Amino acid sequence: MDLHLVPGAIPTTAERLALDSVLGPAVDGWDGGTRLQGPEGNTASSGHASRVRRHLLLPALWALQERIGWISPGGLNELCSRLTLPPADVYGVATFYAMLAVEPRSARVVHVCEDIACKCVGSDDLIAQIEERFGAEGELSDDGSATWYRSPCLGQCDRAPAALVSDAGEEPHERTLALTTAVAVLEALAGGDPGPAPVTVLPQAGDPALRLLRRAASTRSVSLDEYRAQGGYAALRRAVELGPEGVIREVKESKLQGRGGAAFPTGVKWEAVARQPARPHYLVCNADESEPGTFKDRVIMERDPFALIESMTIAAYATGCEHGYVYIRGEYPEPQHALQSALDEARVRGYLGDDVMGERFSFDIEIRKGAGAYICGEETAIFESIEGNRGEPRNKPPFPVVEGLFGKPTVVNNVETLVNVPDIVLRSGPSYAETGTEGSTGTKLFCLCGHVERPGVYEVPFGTTLRELYDLAGGVMGGKELQCILMGGAAGGFLRPDELDLPLTFEAVREAKTTLGSGVVLVLDETVDLPRLLMRLAAFFRNESCGQCVPCRVGTVRQQEALARLVSGKTAGGVQKELAVIAEVGQCMRDASICGLGQTASSAIESAIGRLGVFS
Amino acid sequence: MSELLLAPKRMIELEIDGQSVRVFEGETILGACRRLGIDTPTLCYGDTLEPANACRVCVVEVEGARVLAPACSRKAEAGMKVQTDSERVRHSRKMVLELLASSVDLSTTDEIPGYLERYDAQPERFGPPAPPDPDRDRKRTGHHVEPDGQTAATVYAPVKIDNELYVRDYSKCILCYKCVDACGEQFQNTFAIHVAGRGFDARISTEYVAELPDSACVYCGNCIAVCPTGALMFVSEHALRAEGDWREDDQTVTTTVCPYCGVGCNLELHVQDNTIVKVTSPDDHDITRGNLCIKGRFGFQHVQARDAP
Repeated sequence: MDLHLVPGAIPTTAERLALDSVLGPAVDGWDGGTRLQGPEGNTASSGHASRVRRHLLLPALWALQERIGWISPGGLNELCSRLTLPPADVYGVATFYAMLAVEPRSARVVHVCEDIACKCVGSDDLIAQIEERFGAEGELSDDGSATWYRSPCLGQCDRAPAALVSDAGEEPHERTLALTTAVAVLEALAGGDPGPAPVTVLPQAGDPALRLLRRAASTRSVSLDEYRAQGGYAALRRAVELGPEGVIREVKESKLQGRGGAAFPTGVKWEAVARQPARPHYLVCNADESEPGTFKDRVIMERDPFALIESMTIAAYATGCEHGYVYIRGEYPEPQHALQSALDEARVRGYLGDDVMGERFSFDIEIRKGAGAYICGEETAIFESIEGNRGEPRNKPPFPVVEGLFGKPTVVNNVETLVNVPDIVLRSGPSYAETGTEGSTGTKLFCLCGHVERPGVYEVPFGTTLRELYDLAGGVMGGKELQCILMGGAAGGFLRPDELDLPLTFEAVREAKTTLGSGVVLVLDETVDLPRLLMRLAAFFRNESCGQCVPCRVGTVRQQEALARLVSGKTAGGVQKELAVIAEVGQCMRDASICGLGQTASSAIESAIGRLGVFS
Repeated sequence: MSELLLAPKRMIELEIDGQSVRVFEGETILGACRRLGIDTPTLCYGDTLEPANACRVCVVEVEGARVLAPACSRKAEAGMKVQTDSERVRHSRKMVLELLASSVDLSTTDEIPGYLERYDAQPERFGPPAPPDPDRDRKRTGHHVEPDGQTAATVYAPVKIDNELYVRDYSKCILCYKCVDACGEQFQNTFAIHVAGRGFDARISTEYVAELPDSACVYCGNCIAVCPTGALMFVSEHALRAEGDWREDDQTVTTTVCPYCGVGCNLELHVQDNTIVKVTSPDDHDITRGNLCIKGRFGFQHVQARDAP
């Protein structure tokens, strides 16, 4: 390939240094270093070496973005030379992610959540105030230093409304604003202090029955010593005693199912990877929870990061992985920092690295930061994103257990799924399976949000009814009437108040033709304008569709247009005809889309029509 | 030669629409359908490229599978039972055609009228098409203005004419990825274009929407050769079509050998009114597989320089 760079675009020193911080200094003439090798002084040997580093593309794009606030042609040129990548390709990747900018942008950007949970607690009003007092979305402040944008769910639904402040510069800084106000957002836009860092309140703190949340109930991230003092790393010791096959046997007998939404048996997945002759094997922890209303993985990573590290180490030990990735959504600066410092500490103390705990196996974990793409939580899109490509899902088969990350056998597990593992290993699989029901074992984390009295992450055994969970969270806030519940997030489904006795198990929700999804329980009171809320869901899917396949790329648009006509009352040929359009488009998206995003893009909307009778 | 050295391939048997068929292991369902003479609609599929399976118009129903499978890329498996004309298949094919035809200008996609009729697709039911958007190339990822639904969103954008050899009319683009694959790793290794943006705003773009002469483009025209919808076109063809004077039925196609270098690519000269209006290369040619370089593809002016002394 003949690398053709953007003519005349020179990187600044700041951009060069930003890239060096990710890629290291340039080695030779090939990747932008000095051309003085070999007898003739013209040998450049690192072409292949730089091309195989494509997986550093997203971190490198982030380095540019965080340094100057956008990806400039000069910065892109430098990046392309360093990694031997074509500019058009890199531009295609950069424009895939909503948090990266390819047009000049101010150093400070505030992303204000406009999604369903924040809407319930007044984000529309908050946004209106910002528009009035600061200016429209994308408009610069008088000194050109700041702007704001609407954002999809920021995963702060237990302390909504929320915003994310990003400051680019020599020392880039990101922070979350939760339980925020227009005044605080305006203060942040002006570069002032928007108030203290948000605190997570766990409503069940102190409950001895908690398993996954027992350590997370403390008010800050635990240290490695505290983690060990509370029984941490006993499970990894036990895992080594059991041996890889023993661990897999326990996990299979525990009947643990994936908590990311698909409920696939974890032990079966692990066994499939462990048996693959191809090497290396990879472990990917999916911490891209971007389902509107979901924040459970955030709480685990922030409060109990060592639990995730230990769980991943056990998973890696069992499946023969030496390298693991945690793919964290870009909207989660605090969980990322908590996990990063935990990783650093674990590495220093010998819990990660070449000889884990002196047990002669090696494993290490790298964090990859997403950049604003819901689709990257899809199990194959996450591979594409880590590999430095556009986060477009792959066709299956082949499945990840056969050909996953870098084309190798890969275990992909959600954060919550993984943190069940230490308990399983310590208590044995059958003992773990005693909790919950026959078809759904263990406990489940639910994200209670919206118009609920005590929002937060709740841990209950499978089989608990929705009513019990709802009561645990204090029901509707302010004594209003319950209108409905959105379970499972944007890709989930609505439930009526008379369906509260539904047991929360995989089998019961399947029978009730709904889903637990990512564990969202969004409570909506009588005041919610449901059609408007549906418009937001439709907009979400349109914004987040990767655009690869026609059913989802165009279907999400046609679905939104039909909804818009229903909401405005200006239908084309009557309500029934519009409902038919939604149903027909939905059927095609469900049947013919490549991935789960398209396949579920109509489910909440169709359930509102079918179950709640909206528009009829 | 190399083909002779390959190990013999195993044959497997599967059932399509109730008919049993034997295919080589590794063949796709589409291949199996073709063996049976089952006409399967395709748009993003190209015989010379890896299937992108993006358009989903070829979907079929595989017994036991939750969702439909793209025939173009799904490998046939022994014992598979496939339906190519079930209610679900017909519905998805019809919808895919309606979704595409309502958002993309398919006026130069030859197969479309037949497909629309076959599946009784009515793309106009989503409303009148929205007008071209001059800012389509610079849409902010993950954001859009809320529609009122009174027009059907389209990918229409102004035609790009920034060089003397070819025209890019992305109003006709179905985002099949073929041009990207042909320009990139599958054929040309030039990588001048890529898919940029996301979702409905995804489009084929150079870096920062640079004009082709400022990009890595080497004008091989192999993207034109694989484009299934006429979004990429010779300037000569585009001009004739604009004048309403493109008459494919009146054209002759002469196969010859490119005179420029020793590779000896086959050229197919499309001639209308004694003038070369387009040059292609046969897809089934061992060497070129439909590809040419700038000289073979566009260097034909001397042939018709009739004023020369």
